[in-house]
Amino acid sequence: MTERYVVAIDQGTTSTRCIVFDRRGRLVSLAQHEHKQYYPKPGWVEHDAAEIWRNVERLAPEALRNAGITEDQVAAVGIANQRETTLLWERDTGVPIGHAIVWQDTRTDDLVRDLQGAEGAKTVEHDSGLPIATYFSGPRVRWLLDHRPELRERAERGEILFGTMETWLIWKLTGGLHVTDVTNASRTMLLDVHTLDWSPAALGFFGIPRAMLPEVRPSVGVFGTAVAGFPGVRIGAALGDQQAALFGQTCFAPGEAKCTYGTGSFLLLNTGKELVRSTHGLLSTVAYQIAGGPAAYALEGSIAITGSLVQWFRDQLELIATAPEIETLARTVADNGGCYIVPAFSGLYAPYWRSEARGVIVGLTSYITKGHLARAVLEATAWQTREVVDAMNADSGLDLTTLRVDGGMTADNLLMQSIADVLDVPVVRPLAAETVSLGAAYAAGLAVGYWPDLEGLRQNWHRAAQWLPEMDPAVRDTEYRNWQRAVERTFDWTRPS
Amino acid sequence: MPGTVQSIERAAAVLRLLAGESGHLTLGQIARSLDLAKPTAHGILATLRYVGFVEQDRASGHYRLGSGLLQLGHGRLDVNDLRSHSINWADPLAARSGEAVRVGTILDGQVLVVHHVFRPDDTFQTLDVGTLLPLHATALGKVLLAYRGVPAEAELERFTRRTIRTTQALETELQRVRDTGWSLEAEEMTPGTAAIAAPIRGYGGLVVGAVGLSGLVERVCDSHYRPHQHLVALVREAARAISRDLGAARR
Repeated sequence: MTERYVVAIDQGTTSTRCIVFDRRGRLVSLAQHEHKQYYPKPGWVEHDAAEIWRNVERLAPEALRNAGITEDQVAAVGIANQRETTLLWERDTGVPIGHAIVWQDTRTDDLVRDLQGAEGAKTVEHDSGLPIATYFSGPRVRWLLDHRPELRERAERGEILFGTMETWLIWKLTGGLHVTDVTNASRTMLLDVHTLDWSPAALGFFGIPRAMLPEVRPSVGVFGTAVAGFPGVRIGAALGDQQAALFGQTCFAPGEAKCTYGTGSFLLLNTGKELVRSTHGLLSTVAYQIAGGPAAYALEGSIAITGSLVQWFRDQLELIATAPEIETLARTVADNGGCYIVPAFSGLYAPYWRSEARGVIVGLTSYITKGHLARAVLEATAWQTREVVDAMNADSGLDLTTLRVDGGMTADNLLMQSIADVLDVPVVRPLAAETVSLGAAYAAGLAVGYWPDLEGLRQNWHRAAQWLPEMDPAVRDTEYRNWQRAVERTFDWTRPS
Repeated sequence: MPGTVQSIERAAAVLRLLAGESGHLTLGQIARSLDLAKPTAHGILATLRYVGFVEQDRASGHYRLGSGLLQLGHGRLDVNDLRSHSINWADPLAARSGEAVRVGTILDGQVLVVHHVFRPDDTFQTLDVGTLLPLHATALGKVLLAYRGVPAEAELERFTRRTIRTTQALETELQRVRDTGWSLEAEEMTPGTAAIAAPIRGYGGLVVGAVGLSGLVERVCDSHYRPHQHLVALVREAARAISRDLGAARR
C-alpha cells in the first residue's frame, strides 16, 4: 500500500506556503512563495489575488515534488488563511475587481466611526460577537460598494461576488464553488455567530446584498474536489489562520488556549459549545465546526505589536543586526532598569481597543542602556499577553493553567521565560512549529477519515520545551502595576482633527 | 617589505576602497583606483565575494562591503541567531529520532547549550539552555574540539570509567571525528546514556556549533557501543540543513 499524505495551503499575509504532512503530523516538505504588498496610500494595504492564485498553482507541484509524491497520494487538502482580507470578483469571468483589501488596511476609518454611532450598531455587535472596527471585512465590502456605485447593482444581481481568501482559493481550486467556512465568516461582522448563517440585521445595517455572499459551511468537512492545483484531490477543510493554529495545537477542550507569537500575537481560548461574550475587550469568535456537529467557540485576544516591535528595534533604531540578537542584548543586563516600552504604534488592540493611543518609552534615566531597552521590548510582549489572559480569565470564569505557544518568537528563551513569569503558569512549546499549517492539515485529514478522531490527533502533540514560572510574586505585582501605569500614559495622545 | 603576500595586500586595498565609498563601485572603478588589471581586480573581488567580505548588487553589478565583514567585527556568531536557525531542523530531528536534541557552541573551554528540544515522549524534562558541559566527554564537545584547530587541554576530568582521560586518546578520537564528520559519546559522561553529534558550519565552512541527539545507550547504540546508522544519518542531515540555512542567511 502506498503511503498517503495531507497537504495544507497556508495563505498568509506575506507569503503562501504548501506543506505536506504525514500520518504522524510530521512535516514532509514545504514550498513557499512571497507575494507583493501594495501600499497605494497611507493606511492602505492591498494584495493581488490573481498573483496569490498563481503562487498556489506553482506551489502545488513543488510541494509534491519536494516530498517525492504524486496527487493520488494526497488524501485531502486543507486551507488556512489570513483572515478579514476582502476581495470582490466577477462571477462570470472569475476576474478580481481590483486588489484584495488586507486586514491591516484602515481605509474604513471614517466609515467605521459613522457606523459605530448608527442605529442598529448594538444588534450587529450582538449578532456578530465583534465590535464595529476597521479590522473586519464587512465595513470593507460596504466601502467598496460605496466607492464603486456601479458595483452595487451587479452585486444585487449576484454578478459580483465577495470572498475572504479561503473563498477565493476554493473558487479557483474547484472551478467556481462559492463557499466560506464558519471561522472566516465569523470575522466579517456579517455572520450571526449563534445561527452560523448570515445575519439579516447585519446585511441591512451594512447595506450588503446577500446575493454576493458565499454559502457558509462547517470548517471541517469536504467542500468539493479540486480541478486545478491539486486535481482530483478533495478539499477537506478551511479555517482562519489563528483558528487553524488552535486546531494544530490540539486545543479541543474548553479552557485550552494557545498564543501564536509573530508580527502581532493572537491568543485564543477554546470556550466549547458556549459562546462567551466578553466584557473585557476580547472578541467572540468561532473556533471550528466539524460537519454534522455543533460549533466550538473561542475568545480571542489580539495584540497588534509584538514581533514587529523587535523589527522596529532592529530596522528603525538599528540597535541590533538580527531579530534573535534582541535576547543577547537583553541578557547584558539583569532587569529593565525601570524602563517600559508600550508599543501603541497604531493604537492598542485587546483589551483596550484605543485607536487614539500612541507608543511611549517611560522611566528613562541616565542609567538606562540599550540593554534595558531590549529588556523592555521583550517585556512589552509578556505584559501584553498578561493583560489578555487576565481578560480571558475574567470573561470565561476559567483560570488558564498552561499556555501553549507557537510562532517565530518562541525561539527567544528569555521572552518565553518572561511570559511564564508574568502569567505565573507554565508555557509550553510543541514539537511541531508549523501549527497553522498543521491545523489545516489535521482538519482536512479528519474530514476524509485520514485521522479517525480528535483524540487521535492529540496523540501527535508532543512537548518540545517548557518554561516554568520563577518570578517572585511581589516583584510580579510591582512590575505589573508599573506596566499598567505606562499603558495609561499612551491614552489620548492623538486628537481627532 | 619582505615576507608580505601581494594578493592579500591588494585585497586589503580593495576593502579599504569599498569602505571609503558610501555608494557602490564598478569593477572598472576599482581596477582604475588601485591601478590593477581588470582580470586581477576581478579575481580578488570574486575571492572576497566567496568568503562573504564583498557583495555584488544583482541588478547593477556594483560591489560593496559584505555582511561577512560585519560578522567579523561582531566576533562569534550570536548564540541566539544560531538557535533561531537551528529550531526548524532540531524539531524534526527530535520527532524522527524520538530522542532529545541539543545544539551547542564553545564558551570558555566548555560546551554552551544554546538550544534544547525535549525527547518527544511528554515525560517531565527541564530545559537546560545555558548549561555548560565538558568538551571531551560529550558528543557535541568532541565535534567542537575536532574542528577547533588547537590541541585539547591536558586536564581531562573523569566522569565514568569510559571517559577519555589522555590527550593522546582524545586526539585519536578527534581525528576519527574529522574523518567521518560525526562524533559519538557512549557512557563517557553519564552511565546509561549515549549521544551522536555533527558539525554546524557557517560561512566558508567554519564550524560554528554542533547539533546532536542523546538518549539511553541501548536506544542509541548496539551492544558493541556502535551507534545506529539511521540515527547518525538523521543527525548529519539536520546539521547540513542548519549549515545551509546559516550560509544562505549570510550570503
